[in-house]
This record gives sequence, structure tokens and C-alpha cells, in this order.
Amino acid sequence: MSEKSPILNLRGINKSFGVVHVLHDVDLAIYPGEVTALVGDNGAGKSTLVKAIAGIYPADSGEYLFEGQPQHVTSPKDAAALGIEVVYQDLALCENLDIVENMFLGREMKSGVVMDETTMESKAREVLASLSVRTVKSVRQSVASLSGGQRQTVAIAKSALWNSKVVLLDEPTAALGVAQTRQVLDLVRRLADQGVGVMLISHNLTDVFEVADRITALYLGRVAADVRTKDVTSTQVVELITTGQSAGIPGPATKAASTS
Amino acid sequence: MTDIITDAEEAGFASDLTQSNTFGESVRAYISRVRGGDMGALPSIAGLVVLFIVFNFANDRFLSNLNLANLITQAGSIIILAMALVPVLLLGEIDLSAGVAGGTSACVMGVLLVKHDQPWYIAVLAAVAVGAAIGLAIGLLVAKLGIPSFVVTLAFFLGLQGIPLWLIGEGGSVRVNDSVISGIANNNLSVLWGWICAIAITALFAAFKLLAHRRKVAAKLQHQPLAVVVTQILTLGAVLLAVTYILNENRSVNPSFPIKGIPYVLPLVVVLLAMWTFLLTRTTWGRHVYAVGGNAEAARRAGINVARIRVAVFMACSSMAAISGIVVASYGGKVSTSSGGGNTLLYAVGAAVIGGTSLFGGRGKARDAVIGGLVIATIANGLGLLAQASYINFLVTGGVLLLAASVDAISRRRRSATGLG
Repeated sequence: MSEKSPILNLRGINKSFGVVHVLHDVDLAIYPGEVTALVGDNGAGKSTLVKAIAGIYPADSGEYLFEGQPQHVTSPKDAAALGIEVVYQDLALCENLDIVENMFLGREMKSGVVMDETTMESKAREVLASLSVRTVKSVRQSVASLSGGQRQTVAIAKSALWNSKVVLLDEPTAALGVAQTRQVLDLVRRLADQGVGVMLISHNLTDVFEVADRITALYLGRVAADVRTKDVTSTQVVELITTGQSAGIPGPATKAASTS
Repeated sequence: MTDIITDAEEAGFASDLTQSNTFGESVRAYISRVRGGDMGALPSIAGLVVLFIVFNFANDRFLSNLNLANLITQAGSIIILAMALVPVLLLGEIDLSAGVAGGTSACVMGVLLVKHDQPWYIAVLAAVAVGAAIGLAIGLLVAKLGIPSFVVTLAFFLGLQGIPLWLIGEGGSVRVNDSVISGIANNNLSVLWGWICAIAITALFAAFKLLAHRRKVAAKLQHQPLAVVVTQILTLGAVLLAVTYILNENRSVNPSFPIKGIPYVLPLVVVLLAMWTFLLTRTTWGRHVYAVGGNAEAARRAGINVARIRVAVFMACSSMAAISGIVVASYGGKVSTSSGGGNTLLYAVGAAVIGGTSLFGGRGKARDAVIGGLVIATIANGLGLLAQASYINFLVTGGVLLLAASVDAISRRRRSATGLG
């Protein structure tokens, strides 16, 4: 399908909550250096899929291949150990801590028993600079003093700090204004340009068409299509989201036929 | 918002990389921070100064050496209990039972000393262990079972008052005669040791501050100008040496029995303050306490064991409360069935809040307990000298607490208005 091999590849993922079958034979591939957009209506199973990848709700069946190797990811720690970071919609930052403290939260660097503030501050600054983040005045600013876009920036930069290979972004622009959305999308692009496999979950097709290289559409727990952004139009994607099929795009039926 | 971007656009991180602020600029920056609502210890220190001035005019004995030494001894137990509560308040929780936990622990110590003839160190260790056990129980109920800390500690506040009654009988009390224990509040460091300690602490503080400053300059990180660091060192040194000088003077009213030297309570408070400041600001544990208090869900997602932090904090609180209870026993020379009851806890909570610790979690420092404890003790001491009826004392203390809470609320509103957080 692509010249590169996917860094994260899920095959035939199924997940049920009791009698509710949420994910049906979902295939998903995330490539290094590319932004893959995951789109779908409410209830299509986007969040469940993210949680399956992150190890919060492990899948019932299916293959989980990371860098081509099968993995058992059953807890968030397993996912983090592989280099998979999730940036949640509600950000999960501590407002009373500053930017450096938030970026290293839970993974503080130490020299002896005390925290190595100097190294942490330098590294945080390096990462922010490498992502060309210039909108924060000082890395010692408390997060409470940041705007929504700046907070999103910090949350994304936090995931880049750990040499992560895959970053999942859950609705990163949902609550942002125009200028802030711009900043965050630029940041998403730069993150991918550094070779990270980025998955962007979004409702906003403008955002998706702006940064995504590929689009995976979910419809009622099934993959409706997995296409390159440049091969489709916004109207087609809307059709995929709302009806699960669109003229001229290989639909779930052909997809299922090709995989089985 | 827009000017932040343009500023940063030009400067990148240069704004804090070079940080070639002059002393004057830093002072102006501090003033604008204070006006923006980030006041830190300023209101409580200002309040303390006002109280000192008022009481000095009202009664010329207030600033006498004898009274100042008394004030420090009286403040000791409040400060230690307030310091116990700071980490609990940082979590956004409350421990209503800390006072009686201290009283219960002190009773255990008293009974071991007097009825079982144990040496003081066994008794003290046992008291702290009892405190830790109480904290463990509270912590497990709050963190694992999920009962609100207000309810759990209210139950412990009621229940624990029964333990001293059971240990030493209805309405009784046990005299604590052990020389070491009663020495904590009643004996003094020798004049020479007082000076050595004061100078050593100043030197240590200066060394830490200057080393940290040099490291930051070397790593090209954000740092305060050297002049500010030196001012901080000189201020602390001046206060310490002045206190030492006053306490090393003879303060006895009877010329044939000179009393001089620093009461042992003071170095105890200083050691605990240093310990808590270190734990809260330099260790990952302390960082995680702030994180849990700020946003428990974010802390959990960052891989922090939130339940373990909560249990540890409640254990630390009750253990510190035990030390406070021991200081009270030392000061009064006895433990009684009412030890740690009454207003003990509320004064300590008041002290922490007056000092600047937020009741909503995530904001506060160990030093808040010291400043707030001094304010509370000063009110009690000053009004006592004026021979006011005790109802005045309650009214004034309550008023000061309300004032402090108002200052906190107003500054929080200004913080959110100016976006300082």
C-alpha cells in the first residue's frame, strides 16, 4: 500500500463491551513521518480504538504489530514502553505546575535523591525549540497562565519529549480558536516531519485535509475506507463518515474481501 | 495574547535565556507580580509586622526579650501542626483529626515514660509510630475506599478522643518529668551553640542559593539576578542573627538566675522546615504531591500512584502531629485527656491558610506554616499581655483568619484575571 512499512499495524481488531460489539475487524496502519487522520461520527468507535492502542481497553482479538513485531499491550505502561504516547482531549496537565514540571511529570530526571531541574529545563527547552514552539514566554511559566492553544502545545511537546515513535492526538483542536488551531496543526506537521507516526483524531475535516497524509474512516465500528488524503475530496469523506461508503472509494466490502 | 506571540516571535526563548535583568527590573517584576495577585508570603509577613507594631505600642513588655522567647515557644507546637497539615492541604484534603492524633500520641508517650519507665527515645518513637499508624488508617480509608477525608477524619477526631480517656482515665493527667522531653520547650541552647547554629544555617543557605544560581547561569537557564539572590541571603542572615542575638541576651527578670539561649523548640522547627521544604520542592515525591493536588487525573495518567501519595501524605501528617503533641506535652509538663482537643487543630489550619496555603489544593509551602503559626501565636500572646478577656482573643483570631482567606480569595481572582495562575 505504501513504500514504507507501518510502524504500528493493527489487524482484525475486535472489541466488545458486554453484548455491544464496538469494533469489528478493524485494520489500522500508522506510518512513520506521516499524519494519519482517524475520522468517524460519534459512536463510530474512534475512542475505543485509541484506548485499545493505548492499552486502556485491550482488544478482544486481533493482531497488534509494532515495528513488525507482534506485541501484547494490556496496560498504558506497555504502550508507553513501546514509544506510544496519547495526548487526550482534556489534556491532563496540572495547572499549578509550570511547563517543565508538566512535561516531566511522572518521569522526572534525578541526580541522586533530588530532581535534576537544570537538565529537565534544558531538555524541555530543546524539545520546544526543535518543534519551533515560540509562543510561550518562559518554560517556567505555570500552565494556568497559558491559553488553550499553548496548553495543547505543551501537551503535544510533552509527548515528543520521550522520543516517542507513535503519538495519538485526540481532538487536539476541538476547543481552539483560529490562530491557535493554526499553531497546533503546524506543530502536528513538524512532529510528523521528525519521523514520528502521528494519528490525529478529529471531527474537523478542514484540519484533516490540511495536515493528514492518510485518512482512515470508521463507520459503526468498521473501517469504511483507508485512503490517501490527496485521492479523496471532502465530500467523499463526509459520505464515508455518514453512510460508510462513497462512490469511487473501495468500501468495507471489498476491503473485507481483500484481507480475508 | 497577541502581544505575547509577537514578543516571543522576536525573542524566541531569548527572553529568559539571557535574563540580563538588573536588580531594579527584578524588583519591578516582583511588584507587578504582587499587583497581579501572586502575593506569596507578603500579606502574612505584612500582617505579622502590623501585629508587632500594634502590640508594641499597646504594651511595652511585648517586645521584651522574655516575651519574644515565650512567643517562639508558644508558636512552636502550632507551627509544627500547621506544617503537618500543609501537605494534606496541598492534596486538597483536610485532616480534622491531626490535633487529637497528636494528643493521643503524646498520651502514649506519657504513659510509656511514667507508667512503664521507658527511656524518652522509646516513648517518642512509639508516639510517632502511633501517629503514623493513625495516618495509615486514615489514608487507606480515603485513598482506597474513597470516603471523603472530611468524613474520615471527623470520625477519627471523635473516636481518637476516647483513647487518652482509656489510657489515663477520666479527667486525669500524667505529669511528664523526663528531662529531655520537658527540655524541648523549657531549656535553651547554650549561647555559643546558638551562634554556631545561626551562622551555620546562614552559610548553608548561602551556599545552596549561590551554587544553584551558578548552575543555572552555566546552563544558560532562567535565573534571578545575583543581586536578588544576595539580598535573599542577607535578609535571612539578618533575621537569623537578630533572633539569635535577642535570645542570647539575658531575659530573666530575676538577676540571680540568668536565662539566655535559643529555646530548643526553635531549632526543632528549623529542622522540620528544612526537611519539608526539601521534600516538597526537591524530591519527585513532593512534585507528585503538588501534581495530585493540582489535577489528580493528570497525575494518574502520568503514571503517578495517586493512592500511594495520598496514604503517604496522611501518614506524614499524623506523624508530624505526634511531634507537635510531644512539644505541647513538653510545654505544659503533662499529658491530659483533653490533649490536642478543642481549638488545637483549627488554629493550625488557620495558621497554614494565613501563611498562604490554599484550601483547594496544589498551592502552598512549608514556610507558610511558620509565618501563619507566628501570626496566630502573636495574637494570643499579645492579647494575653493586654489582659483582655479571652473572648476578645477568639474574636480577633477568627477575624484575622477571615482576613487572610479574603486576601487569598481576592488574589486568586486577580490571578485568574491577569492569567498568572
